[in-house]
Amino acid sequence: MSFVKLTASALAIAAVSATTASARDQIQVAGSSTVLPYATIVAEAFGENFDFPTPVVEGGGSGAGRKKMCEGVGENTIDIADSSSRIKQSDIDLCASNGVNEIMEVRIGYDGIVFASDINGAEFVFTPADWYNALAAKVMVDGKLVDNTNKTWADVNAALPAQDILAFIPGTKHGTREVFDVKVLEAGCESTGAEEAYKAMGDEKAKGCTALRTDGVSIDIDGDYTETLARLTANPQAIGVFGLSFYENNTDKLRVATMGGIVPSTESIATGEYPVSRPLFFYVKKAHLGVIPGLQEYIDFFVSDEIAGPDGPLAAYGLVSDPELAKTQEMVAAGTAMGPLN
Amino acid sequence: MTDLSTSGAAAPRGPHSSSLLVQDANTRKRNAAESRFRLYGVIAIAIAILALFALLGSILYNGSSSFRQAFVVLDVYLDPAKLDKDGTRDLEKIAKVSTFGYAPLIAAAFETKFEDPEIGVEGLSAKNAAKLISKEGPAELRRYVLANPDMIGETVQFEFLASGRIDGYYKGRVTMETAKLDKNVSPEQLQLADQLKEAGVLAIKFNTGFLTRADASENRPEAAGLGVAILGSFYMMIVVLCLALPIGVAASIYLEEFAPKNWITDIIEVNISNLAAVPSIVFGILGLAIFINFAGLPQSAPIVGGLVLTLMTLPTIIIATRASLKAVPPSIRDAALGIGASKMQAVFHHVLPLAAPGILTGTIIGLAQALGETAPLLLIGMVAFVRDFPSAPPEGFFDPAAALPVQVYNWTQRSDPAFVERASGAIIVLMVFLLIMNAIAIVLRRRFERRW
Repeated sequence: MSFVKLTASALAIAAVSATTASARDQIQVAGSSTVLPYATIVAEAFGENFDFPTPVVEGGGSGAGRKKMCEGVGENTIDIADSSSRIKQSDIDLCASNGVNEIMEVRIGYDGIVFASDINGAEFVFTPADWYNALAAKVMVDGKLVDNTNKTWADVNAALPAQDILAFIPGTKHGTREVFDVKVLEAGCESTGAEEAYKAMGDEKAKGCTALRTDGVSIDIDGDYTETLARLTANPQAIGVFGLSFYENNTDKLRVATMGGIVPSTESIATGEYPVSRPLFFYVKKAHLGVIPGLQEYIDFFVSDEIAGPDGPLAAYGLVSDPELAKTQEMVAAGTAMGPLN
Repeated sequence: MTDLSTSGAAAPRGPHSSSLLVQDANTRKRNAAESRFRLYGVIAIAIAILALFALLGSILYNGSSSFRQAFVVLDVYLDPAKLDKDGTRDLEKIAKVSTFGYAPLIAAAFETKFEDPEIGVEGLSAKNAAKLISKEGPAELRRYVLANPDMIGETVQFEFLASGRIDGYYKGRVTMETAKLDKNVSPEQLQLADQLKEAGVLAIKFNTGFLTRADASENRPEAAGLGVAILGSFYMMIVVLCLALPIGVAASIYLEEFAPKNWITDIIEVNISNLAAVPSIVFGILGLAIFINFAGLPQSAPIVGGLVLTLMTLPTIIIATRASLKAVPPSIRDAALGIGASKMQAVFHHVLPLAAPGILTGTIIGLAQALGETAPLLLIGMVAFVRDFPSAPPEGFFDPAAALPVQVYNWTQRSDPAFVERASGAIIVLMVFLLIMNAIAIVLRRRFERRW
C-alpha cells in the first residue's frame, strides 16, 4: 500500500509543479473538419522538415475552433483556428473581450462543393434552379408561390431522369451548408423568380428562399462526408453533397453531377466557372507569434508555393490553390493583422 | 402448492413408463409456461450470440487486413547532386533539402528498375511509377540521410511502404475496374505492382508499423499506426491506477469499516451509486472546466485524460471494494478483535488481504471500462492529430497524445477508404487489450478468492 501511496503523492506533486512551469513547445490548431485534412498534411510535413515538434491538429468545426481561439491569450489556449467560413463579427467581439486583439486572416485556397450520386446511377446535369425547385418549401408555379409537390427530378426539369428526389445535404452546423444555402438555393430562388415573390410578400431579405421542404426528401446529415457516403450506398437513388477533396478520394464510388453545365474540378473552381465554391481560412492569434516556437515558420510553410501552390500536396489532395497566393505569402511574412470585416 | 412435488417427480418419466400420475390441467399449464420461458431464454441467448458474432465477424473481416501490408524493396542511389550540392556533407545544408526533394530519388530508382526487361508497363513513366511508393518513403529517406550523411553517393537498399491504393489492391479494396475510375491510381500502376510482386520486389508482410508508428495524414493512410494512441492510453491507465485505486480503496475502507452509520454516510452511499450511472460525457465537461480552463493543465495531455477517467472509474472501484469487504465474514473481524488487535490491525492485517482479489478484480474491470471510454476524451482535446510520441513519464504525462478509442473515432472520419480498414484494425487491438485485462481479472479471482 505504501508504494501505491508514494506513487500517488509523487504524481500529485509532479502535477502541481508542472502546472506552474509547463512551457508548450508545440503549436496547437483546432477548427473546421474541412480544413483538418489539409492542416494535418501540412503539420506532418512541417514536423518532418523542421526542427520543431509536429503541431497538434484538432477538428471540431469552424465555429468551435474560432471560439476556442478567442478564449484568451496564453499557453493553454490554441494558436490557430481553421475555418471553412469567414470569421464573424461576434467572434471578433468575443476575442476582443478576452484580450485577443490582433488576429491574422490567412486564406489558404478554395474548396468546391460537389453533387454526386452512386457510380452506377444515372447522370445528372443540374442548375441551381433545379435544386431550388426540388428542395425548397415553396416554389413558383404559374407566377405564384405554392407548396412544393415535386416527386421526381423529371418533375423539376424534364431533362433530368425520372428518379425520386432524395438529397443528403450537410446539416446546419456545417460551414458547407452555408455555401449550399447561398450559392445553390438563393441562386435558384433568384433565377426562378421566387425571390421576387417573397419580397413582394413583405419578406425583405427573402428568407423563405432557404426554407426546405419537410416531407423527408431532403435529409440533413450532421456527421461528416463518410456518413453521407454510407447513406448514399444504402440509397443508390439519392444525391449527396460532398467536398471536392472527398469526392476526389472516392471517384470509384461516386458519379459527380455538373452544375450550370460545368464539371467541378480544381481548374473550373480556380477560374470561378464552377459556381459552388468557398474560400478556406485559418486565423492566427498574433500574440502567440514569437511565444510558441515555430508558429511563424509553420504559417510561412503552410502558404509556401511548395505546399499550397498548384503543384503542392494540398492541391494534389483536392484544395483549389489560391491565384493570389503570393499576396497571402507577403501578408503572412509581414504579419499583417486583419482589419475590420467589411 | 400440493402438486409441486408430484409434477417434479413425474418429469423424468417418459411416455413408456407406466406412471399412475395423471397431470391435471393446472400442472400442464404451469409446465408449458416453464418450457415457454426456457424457449424465450434460448432465443434471447441465440440473438445475443448472433449479434456478437456479427459484430466480431465484421470487425475481423474489415480489420484483420490492417495487420498485413505491401512493402516494396528498392535500391536508391543517394544522388549527391540533389542532396549535397557543395559536397561539404554539412548537416545543416543537407537538412535544407525538404522531403519533396527526396521524391525524385525514388523515381530514379524506378528508372533503374525499368532497365530489367521483365519490368515496365507501356505508357507508365518512372515518375508515375514512383506513386506506387507511399509518400512516407521520401520522409524515411530523408531521416536516413540525416542520420548517415556519409552514405550520400552510395546506393542503399530500402524497404518502402507501398501506397494505400496498391496495398488496397492486394486486399481486394481496389480492382482494375475501380482503378480506371480512380484518380489516385491507374490500371498501369497495378500492372506494374503485379510485375514487381512476381519479381519479388513487392511483398506482403506482417505490418508491425501498425502497432508502432504514429498517426499519419490523409495523404498516406498506409503509414498510419497506433503507436501514439497505445502509449497515450497506457499513460492514462497508469494515472488512473495510481489515483483511483488508493483513493477508491481508502474511501471504501473508511465507509465500510470505520464510518458511523448515519444519514450523512447514507447520502454519500446513494451518491456514489448515482455517480456510477452518470453519463461519461459529463466527466468530460467537468474535466474541460476544471483541469484545463481552471487548473491550466495542457490540452490533449494524458494527465487530463487520466484525471477525467479517474473520476469516472472511482465509483466502480468503490462499489466493487465495498462489496468485497462486505463479503469477508464478520467472524474474521471478531476473532482479530477478540485476541486484542486494534480495529485498524483487524482491517489491514485480516480483512483487506482477504478482500484483495475482489478489489483487484473490480479495479481491473474499472480500468478496462476506462480504456474503452471515448466521450469524455473528445472534449479535452484527445481527438487531435498527434504525430510526436510523448516523452517518458513524468513529463510525458503532459505531452500531447492520442488514445485508442478516439483514434478509432478519428479514423472513421477520414475520407480515404484505407482508413476504414485501419479503424477496424484499431478496434481489434483495443479488444485484445480488453480481453487481456478481463482475463487477468478472472485469473486473479480464480486463484486468490476464498469462499466461505
